[in-house]
Amino acid sequence: MKAAFLVVLVAGLAMADDRRSGYEFMSRETQAMQDDDTSNPAMLWALDGEQLWKAGKPSCASCHADMKGVAARYPSVNSGRLVNLEQRINLCRTGKQHAAPLPYESKELLSLSAYIALQSRGYPIAVQADAAAGKALYERRQGQLNLSCAQCHDQYAGKRLGGSTIPQAHPTGYPEYRLEWQTLGSLERRLRNCLIGIRAEPYPYGAPELVELELYLMSRARGMKMDAPGVRP
Amino acid sequence: MAAHALLRVPQRARRGEVIEIRALVSHIMETGFRHSQYGASIARDIITNFRCTYNGTEIFRARFYPAISANPFISFTTVATESGTLRFEWTGDNDFTASESAAISVE
Repeated sequence: MKAAFLVVLVAGLAMADDRRSGYEFMSRETQAMQDDDTSNPAMLWALDGEQLWKAGKPSCASCHADMKGVAARYPSVNSGRLVNLEQRINLCRTGKQHAAPLPYESKELLSLSAYIALQSRGYPIAVQADAAAGKALYERRQGQLNLSCAQCHDQYAGKRLGGSTIPQAHPTGYPEYRLEWQTLGSLERRLRNCLIGIRAEPYPYGAPELVELELYLMSRARGMKMDAPGVRP
Repeated sequence: MAAHALLRVPQRARRGEVIEIRALVSHIMETGFRHSQYGASIARDIITNFRCTYNGTEIFRARFYPAISANPFISFTTVATESGTLRFEWTGDNDFTASESAAISVE
């Protein structure tokens, strides 16, 4: 009886969190690259971001003391609209700094989001908004290959697609430096890559569908620790 | 924005010790072999030379070519001989220059 209880308890513990971040699926060499801030190329963007944070009139720094844990709470609802971190930065730029919004995937926008995300390193992901719409998109088959996100990232996670391991779609490290891209990129860029991979028409940058998907992925990773800005193969 | 460099140089070392030095610099390393989506060729823009001096004496030099990845990372070893400064310089196409230095104390 006691033994049976123990077995159940151990099984329960194992089930409690078998979620893994993309970091845990990487090779030791790539993990070492991310762990050392002098070899993680994403830190080059964070350095730029720090300069941008202090520049501008008024500067970001003149309003915000620090951004600890902020990136772990995005996407989030802002005035009735779901926005991701990049969109929130641009809302501040247009609303408070009276500046032009930064284009998606521009060096400036990625630098700022890397600098902000760096300050959430080690913080548990804590998105609040309702992710039902994103879940529906995640489970919907689409594209010429008629695949849903769930088919790869739930059913075949941990197995291999060509040469690469399929991760569980827990976006703990964005924006991240992908060795494949040779640059920093946002989660939206990664999602658009996946959509092109299944031969679906990718949503444009900033589309509500992408933000809903981002929110759903972050909600799956709720409680997992941020390791942004990360390095991924 | 100016180029950034990240260095990893031990702050302290014993005299005669072999020390590992790592240097990462931001650069797009455009190969010159690619074309834009409209078919125009994209001009080469790479770092061509890297140089490291230890108290003014050159201890390491490398030439870079188009096959080297963006944001090149270089790692090499040297012998810690005296306290002083290690200076790192990168030069390349379109008058690119970047430099960074690090202090080392040798006992």
